[in-house]
Amino acid sequence: MEVDHQTLVWFSKSFGLFYLIGLSLAVVAYAFWPSNKSSFDQAAGSILREEDKPWR
Amino acid sequence: MIGQLTKNERQNALAILIAMAVGGLVMTIGGRNSLLGVHGGLVLMIAVVGIFAMTATLKLPDPAEDRLNAYYDDPTKVGIIISMVWAVAGLFVGDWIAWLLVFPDLTFDAAWASFGRLRPVHTSGVIFGFGGNALIATSFYVVQRTCRARLPDQVTPWFVLFGYNLFCVIAATGYLMGVTQSKEYAEPEWYADLWLVVVWVVYFLLYLRTLSRRKEPHIYVANWYYMAFILVVAVLHIVNNLAVPVSFGSEKAYSAFSGVQDAMTQWWYGHNAVAFFLTAGFLGMLYYYLPVRAGRPIYSYRMSIISFWGITFFYMWAGSHHLHYTALPQWVQTLGMTFSVMLLVPSWASAGNALMTLNGAWDKVRDDATLRFMFVAAVFYGLSTFEGSFMAIRAVNSLSHYTDWTVGHVHAGALGWVAMITFGAIYASVPWLWKQDRMYSAKLVEVHFWLAVAGTLIYVFAMWNSGIIQGLMWRTYNDSGTLAYSFIESLVAMRPYYIARAIGGLLFLLGALVGCYNIWMTIRMAPRESAKADRPEPGAAGAPVLQPGE
Repeated sequence: MEVDHQTLVWFSKSFGLFYLIGLSLAVVAYAFWPSNKSSFDQAAGSILREEDKPWR
Repeated sequence: MIGQLTKNERQNALAILIAMAVGGLVMTIGGRNSLLGVHGGLVLMIAVVGIFAMTATLKLPDPAEDRLNAYYDDPTKVGIIISMVWAVAGLFVGDWIAWLLVFPDLTFDAAWASFGRLRPVHTSGVIFGFGGNALIATSFYVVQRTCRARLPDQVTPWFVLFGYNLFCVIAATGYLMGVTQSKEYAEPEWYADLWLVVVWVVYFLLYLRTLSRRKEPHIYVANWYYMAFILVVAVLHIVNNLAVPVSFGSEKAYSAFSGVQDAMTQWWYGHNAVAFFLTAGFLGMLYYYLPVRAGRPIYSYRMSIISFWGITFFYMWAGSHHLHYTALPQWVQTLGMTFSVMLLVPSWASAGNALMTLNGAWDKVRDDATLRFMFVAAVFYGLSTFEGSFMAIRAVNSLSHYTDWTVGHVHAGALGWVAMITFGAIYASVPWLWKQDRMYSAKLVEVHFWLAVAGTLIYVFAMWNSGIIQGLMWRTYNDSGTLAYSFIESLVAMRPYYIARAIGGLLFLLGALVGCYNIWMTIRMAPRESAKADRPEPGAAGAPVLQPGE
């Protein structure tokens, strides 16, 4: 099968468009999913803790 | 420092050095009739010195078990020092060639001193030498703290750090001898490229191994940026450097791509080197050091995630804006332009996030030059990403392309953003790493800060002026419809700006020298009393303040 220029343009204009839209929806959903909020808050604060040793 | 390695690790290191010596010998013999042999000799020499140093320590006893109760920071310490050495070397060569443009006779008729050979020494020296070492050093620091896990072993980080610097040395010495494949930011030839692939894959695996040992459930966002930097740079480097050597005994290779495909591959690489080497990695630095130094959590963790995915997926498509008005199909140019404009959204989200984090800590920004370095970095990040999106628009590019405006834009990013965040991160890390309460002199940090800011502003304003004048002179027509100015007239018009630029660069170099002295004196200060006991948390005084709405 020969992949020509037209095929690639069709692919990028169809799949390319929808995968980027899908990806951005997934990212926004992940970032704003209510149950993720606590782990994000915890992570944001975790670097400020008063300790400098690995946990073992 | 070698005493920290276990017997087993020292034997492994020795085995690696012996393999390296064999590799160097093969290169020397196989490439005896070309410059490849010179690099082979260099590799062999470094390996032999390493073998002697390592053999002398084989009899040392195993280190105490309690080393596992602390993070492994020796590679970070060495990496920061190497990074500062490269900063001085790279900035010196940069300023040298800036003066060379003012006084073209400064080459002394020597081939190695020509602009074409020295310029990549400058660009690779500052980007890969200074920036790359700072990224490797801080990534080791950050990944351990955010994962609350020690690096998995004590040989791999050294392999990554020294292996990477071997690549940098081969690159820089090669340029002086005329070894180059003439691809911007990817000048080193095939054997150096292959070596970097090995080092980089080991770096990636080391990062993954450390992440897999983490005790924190969530991977802190700084690590995402560092991972994107490591992974994407590997992909870019491998694809853009696909080439066929003339022979295995020759330093010369020819690219697997030709014509416009070659140009597109190169600028897909080139712009993503800006994106993932000079942006993603340093955003990782920003997302760790700025909140810690300010003592406040990042303003919006959600925004940091959204901008991460925005940056990684938009940047991939932006490279073709380097090829406006070329043989590249128009729709590919338009694609690159569109994605470049869209990139403003995640870029400003990051810059805004950093500045909003500082909102409420402005007193610290005023008093603490280290935090001010990070603040200025965020401002310049915002400015240069706006400028970049603007310049990618085809109509603007028709004025700016091939002029000094591009040079000014790159330096607004490289000096104002990348170098500033790096100096901030280094000034924050050095006292923490060497168990001091502070830098040797806060005044000297202040001096460095103002030299850096003044140098950057002089540089950037000079290049904006010269770039726009150049662009206009090149497109001004007279009544009979021919060009009003010859090229040489535009060159003469540039001279005052070239002088200003070289002075700006000199100020920036002087700042880096002040920084080196300050860091050296901090290392030499007597460690504080409490150093033997538990190390207190860097910088974060008091409980973290949560922000309203978070």
